[in-house]
Amino acid sequence: MNWDIVIGLEIHVELSTASKIFCGCSTAFGGEPNTQCCPVCIGMPGTLPVLNTRVLDFAVKAGLALNCQITRYNKFDRKNYFYPDLPKAYQISQLHLPFARNGFVDIGDKKIRIHEIHMEEDAGKLIHSSGKTFLDYNRCGVPLIEIVTEPDMTCAEEVIACLTSVKSMLEYLEVSDCQMQEGSLRADVNLSVKPKGSTEFGTRTEMKNINSFKAIERAIAYESRRQIEVISSGGEISQETRRWDDNAGESFVMRSKENAPDYRYFPDPDIPPISFTDEFIASIQENQPEFAKEKAARFAAEYGLTPKDAAILTTDKNTAQLYEETAKSASPKETAVWMLGEMMYLASTTGAKPKITPPPFAEFINAVTGGKTNRTAGKQVFEYVFGGGEDVAGYIEKHGLAQINDDASIAAIVEKVLAANADAVAEYKSGKEKAFGFLVGQTMKELKGKGNPALVNAALKKHFTES
Amino acid sequence: MLIDKKTVDYVAGLSRIQLDESQTELMQTELGKILDYMKILQNVNTEGVEPLSHVFSMTNVTRPDEVTGHFKREHLLANAPDRTDEAFVVPKAVDV
Ligand SMILES: [Zn+2]
Repeated sequence: MNWDIVIGLEIHVELSTASKIFCGCSTAFGGEPNTQCCPVCIGMPGTLPVLNTRVLDFAVKAGLALNCQITRYNKFDRKNYFYPDLPKAYQISQLHLPFARNGFVDIGDKKIRIHEIHMEEDAGKLIHSSGKTFLDYNRCGVPLIEIVTEPDMTCAEEVIACLTSVKSMLEYLEVSDCQMQEGSLRADVNLSVKPKGSTEFGTRTEMKNINSFKAIERAIAYESRRQIEVISSGGEISQETRRWDDNAGESFVMRSKENAPDYRYFPDPDIPPISFTDEFIASIQENQPEFAKEKAARFAAEYGLTPKDAAILTTDKNTAQLYEETAKSASPKETAVWMLGEMMYLASTTGAKPKITPPPFAEFINAVTGGKTNRTAGKQVFEYVFGGGEDVAGYIEKHGLAQINDDASIAAIVEKVLAANADAVAEYKSGKEKAFGFLVGQTMKELKGKGNPALVNAALKKHFTES
Repeated sequence: MLIDKKTVDYVAGLSRIQLDESQTELMQTELGKILDYMKILQNVNTEGVEPLSHVFSMTNVTRPDEVTGHFKREHLLANAPDRTDEAFVVPKAVDV
């Protein structure tokens, strides 16, 4: 039997405010345990949480970017549960009146609908060790938005496209740094399967603790296969929450529906309701930045890039910024060639983040287009710029990577290569075009990759037309 | 009205409190009285009345996004029943 996979997401995004959502503690990542805390965020009785105004700005920016209707009158509710990651024994969240509803994300020519987005506070970090649990509340009270999609995705590719698009928009908005490894972007995957074409949904499971795009791909492959196997062998899927263990490549049951928690939501009396005016929403809408889609169209038109290249260069805000700043003072085409080729290659093979900045990058591109260094030797120069190097001219000089543009030196080497490769010369003369390429290669090798390719070609051609 | 024992046990479980036999019986009566009182309120005609979640008519009570400093960790940990130099310690908690 063939199966359809049905996937919905709950995306948690930490907002990059300076202070926490309900107190003046810092949200900086990586501090010593419990050094960014106060009586409000460690849940002392008698404290009064007060909402951070920037959370509202950031939330509405995100809601509008994701094409949502903003709830003009919304409020916070208490979600009650006993677990030490929230010392108050409840989380301040939004259930009845989330601030945004009915949006969508474009992925190619498909729309993934967004059911709602709500604001809430993040929980603390637990470290389980030697039979005890150690509590660090630095993260407790960091503002979050939770984006809940409709079950509109059918495979890992669509899930990743959806997350990539959401991440890109939030980065352009500068409302979150979206670092999956640091947990500032986290996704829970709700997944069910059904016989192909069936209109009735199967029972879904929820997978938590997925920390990278790669892990999402593996978790979806594993869970859909598991569900299909259970159903095919006559079993039933139980509605449960599962924890993804990426090292084991398996998911494990955390809790089933029978012992699902009863959160007893009620309006939080500490936080008065929120009311958004039309003017406030309009002012946010007016100041929205240019997002990837519009930027890609503009790049294609302004810099003569293919739509595909323009899309790759604009998905990530920093990449787009680097491109545009560099292309202002260097060849836009050559800049794109190096970013799409060597930069992506170095980033994926070394795993290093590019430290490249526009001024030295532009100087490098100008060195290539101006013939100061060629593409082969340029790779070494680019690696230097990629790693944050700024003295491009000095580096070329110091490492002898300048292009050899001197006709006489090239002619001398060409003569030497021709003398040493009589066979290839004869082959070329008998009509084997390939032999010419071989001779170019040999000459470049003798020139240690630094010869001006156009001059080398010309010198060889000259020899053959004259002989 | 008497609340059944099962409901009292369930609510006690949610509140993480333990009740003995006589306390459970007392709660059956007392919680029952609260629900009886709520029944009076249910008789009020609320047709066309918006649900009220807050008794004050304030909205948007907010503070600027500023880091105002932190409490000394030693002071925050001072009242903890169990702790290390840097963290609160509780019996091992399983994932939820
Ligand atoms: Zn605090």
